[in-house]
Amino acid sequence: MSSPLYTESVASLRRKLAAKEITAVDVADQLLARIEQADGKLNAYNFKPDAAKVRAAAQAADLSKPLGGVPIAIKDVINVQGDPCTCSSKILQGYTAPYDATVIKKLREAGAVLVGRTNMDEFAMGSSTENSSWGVTRNPWDTDRIPGGSSGGSAAVVGGHEAFAALGSDTGGSIRQPAALCGCVGLKPTYGRVSRYGLVAFASSLDQIGPFTKTVEDAALLMEVISGHDPKDNTSVNRPVPKYTDALKQDLRGMKLGVPKEYFISGIDPEVEAATKAAIEHFAKQGAEIVDISLPHTEYACAVYYIIAPAEASANLARFEGVRYGNRVKNPKDILDLYRSTREQGFGPEVKRRIILGTYVLSSGYYDAYYNRAQKVRQLIKRDFEQAFTKCDAILTPTSPTAAFKVGEKTSDPLQMYLADIFTIAVNLAGVCGISIPCGFTKSKLPIGLQIIGAQWGEENVLRAAHGYEQTTEWHKELPGI
Amino acid sequence: MAEYEAVIGLEVHVQLKTNTKMFCSCKNEFGGAPNSHVCPVCLGMPGVLPTPNEEAIIKTILTGEMLECQIAPRCKFDRKNYFYPDMPKNYQISQYDEPLCANGAVTLNLLAFPKDVQNDPKVNFDKKIRLERIHLEEDVAKSFHYDGASGIDFNRAGTPLMEIVSKADIATPEEAFAYLTALKQILIYGGVSDADMEKGQMRCDVNVSIRPKGQKEYGTKVEIKNLNSISAVRKSLHYEILRQTADVEAGVPIIQQTRRWDDGRGETFMMRTKEKAHDYRYFPDPDLLPLNTEEGLHQTAKSRLPELPAAKKSRLVADYAVTEYQASVLASEVALANYFEKAAANAKNKSAVANFLLNDYFATGGDIENIPVNPEFFSELSNLVEEGKINTKQAKEVFPKMVAENKAPSVLVKELGLSQITDTAALEALCDQAIAANPRSVADFKAGKTNAVNALKGQVMKLSKGQANPQVVGDILLKKLSA
Repeated sequence: MSSPLYTESVASLRRKLAAKEITAVDVADQLLARIEQADGKLNAYNFKPDAAKVRAAAQAADLSKPLGGVPIAIKDVINVQGDPCTCSSKILQGYTAPYDATVIKKLREAGAVLVGRTNMDEFAMGSSTENSSWGVTRNPWDTDRIPGGSSGGSAAVVGGHEAFAALGSDTGGSIRQPAALCGCVGLKPTYGRVSRYGLVAFASSLDQIGPFTKTVEDAALLMEVISGHDPKDNTSVNRPVPKYTDALKQDLRGMKLGVPKEYFISGIDPEVEAATKAAIEHFAKQGAEIVDISLPHTEYACAVYYIIAPAEASANLARFEGVRYGNRVKNPKDILDLYRSTREQGFGPEVKRRIILGTYVLSSGYYDAYYNRAQKVRQLIKRDFEQAFTKCDAILTPTSPTAAFKVGEKTSDPLQMYLADIFTIAVNLAGVCGISIPCGFTKSKLPIGLQIIGAQWGEENVLRAAHGYEQTTEWHKELPGI
Repeated sequence: MAEYEAVIGLEVHVQLKTNTKMFCSCKNEFGGAPNSHVCPVCLGMPGVLPTPNEEAIIKTILTGEMLECQIAPRCKFDRKNYFYPDMPKNYQISQYDEPLCANGAVTLNLLAFPKDVQNDPKVNFDKKIRLERIHLEEDVAKSFHYDGASGIDFNRAGTPLMEIVSKADIATPEEAFAYLTALKQILIYGGVSDADMEKGQMRCDVNVSIRPKGQKEYGTKVEIKNLNSISAVRKSLHYEILRQTADVEAGVPIIQQTRRWDDGRGETFMMRTKEKAHDYRYFPDPDLLPLNTEEGLHQTAKSRLPELPAAKKSRLVADYAVTEYQASVLASEVALANYFEKAAANAKNKSAVANFLLNDYFATGGDIENIPVNPEFFSELSNLVEEGKINTKQAKEVFPKMVAENKAPSVLVKELGLSQITDTAALEALCDQAIAANPRSVADFKAGKTNAVNALKGQVMKLSKGQANPQVVGDILLKKLSA
């Protein structure tokens, strides 16, 4: 028996659509049925696709376009005109986006069919999607477990085959970590590669939008569509977009891959460590050269991140106070009460924690000791990567120190939760790119992810290494029980 | 009683004249229905990003250049955090530690001072008021308060705003008046802003303290807000200096506070005391990359540097032979100077054109922005007088019609039948007639009263119905009487 259509990759879907073996409406119908069947268990969509709208969009899709007729799910932090965009926060309940994010425009122009908003940690703050106002999303490989975060919904819909691909956002690992935990591919592009216009900002100097896909080839396809300079984003860089799929044509022979000693530390789960080391050996067998490298400031990444990200967030989230949009308390005493009560009721505890933290580190008298110092260490972390990439084309590390943990396991200890991102955070601080791909399973059949880090604008190397590994392994072909 | 002196510093906010807002492409336009010039960016919707308006950066650098400032090598923006309903993002994009322009000065001049002190010998009319800094930021929205509700108009939100901070170099309310007048003049010269205080294009906050003369330490400063005109600034300072002096004399300590000027009552009222400095938690805006100004932006600004009032005045004196005073007045308004240069272009006597413009035209109640007259007519009119085709009195008859109808003076002279009699034979006949009819004047003249010739001249003018050329008549009379 052949596997169901909804398990297909974007590339194979495109081939079948081109060969007229199927129609875009068939694809939409089968996916809608799959969502009906699976999302009750996963709770991955905050807003499930409207069947009539999706069918109409599929009907109208221009199949000659690069993503013609391909349904793609969007994290609930990216503005899609006319749709809600809640960031999984009560404070944005009732808000309707008045404009399309630049990536959404690009997806529409490429013929994609948009299918619903995926769940996330509130305002992308978290590593488990438990900080959502709309309930936790479940891991498709074990519904007692979390899908990772903050883009847990996007990871779960792709890993759980409720979408062919999805967009997420990554500030400290929010694409790569959930991709690892849900057994799919997740790519965090170089800072400035993809426009942030329309992405509700968490930490502006760290945020990037990127794809969740079932294969590395699909990630390359999506990157070709969503990348590029945007005059509306001052931090997007005017640099030609390579044909990323061409990078997949080369195999692993002659690639120099670095392994940083600082990423194999105590606290890393033995099964994760074993799978990562096996993957490194596999690369060597396929003809890549493995080199030992050092990223000496790795241990400071987490501390630096939890100063810079909350500082930026404290200002970015100041606009949510109920005056112009979203939720507003009834009958406030005065304007101050309106602000206080709306924010008190609208934000969850993790968001409040980070706003307070960010406000504190920016306060006069503390600015130099925290924010300024963190910026200096950030430069050192960036330099670590620049030096490392003089010795190798890409860097191999585990994506997450553990596989998916149980729902509720870490919610009482924020510091434990923050450590879920220790391997991914430095990539954002340095502004470089990284991907997570499946590289094995634990004994209890939970996916394990391998992170491949590239230099600034090093997406082609990252995709080539990831694709070379994927094509010579079988992990990505496994299907979850859901 | 001790003598006190005031220490005054001004913070001036200037709306820049640009087509679009500071960080989005909405129109930067005064008026318009509430919330008609808005978009997701200037409304602070979730997910939007700012993109800097280079024209605003250029105009700020140009202002710095005109005011002798040092220009920063890069343009960096910071976020200033505070909650206020007219601030869409609850942070304002501003400049903190790296203002675009630093130092610099505004040089005062006689005409910038209030008229009633322009003859005061104690005033130093050429004083230099040093500047602390000029930075660029975005303006906020406007709130309207109704019974039980408030409304916000975001049309102004996100429009480019320049803040010019002076050093505490200003010693009198008159200097504050002159500083604002001179500053406004330069802003208009550069095309940077229309700087109309009544329209809020230029807004001024005043800091003032007093101290016994000779004391080095500053007194406690008081801030005055709600100043809607340059003369209100002067009046409020007079009031405030007297109030503070009276308090100090009475042993009442001055507390740091913000006061509101009530123009109708001519008094300041306490708004709030400053308990402690607000912590704005400034940090570099991560959405905006610092922009190198050294090449493109600074060069463009420099290429737009206009001739400034002082230079213009000197050139007008040199090139047009107008008086120093005429040149000062002409140079005080760039539109006036420009009009004058067109008006005087073909005139034989350019100072006469300046007189027509500064005395006769303004006496009609007109202004320079809306002057309806083809400037060439000024040359033409003064040349008619210069060439003896009409006399000054006739010119004054032509002038109001020339302004009202924008008609060529030569045409008006014909229409009014004003051609001057310059035919010597005809004038000699008229002179003979006057001499014959006024033996007394003739006798007076011969007795040495040379003024008596004027009486005869008046007679000839009367006989000619005002059309005789008075100069020619005078010459003929003198010749005949001295014969």
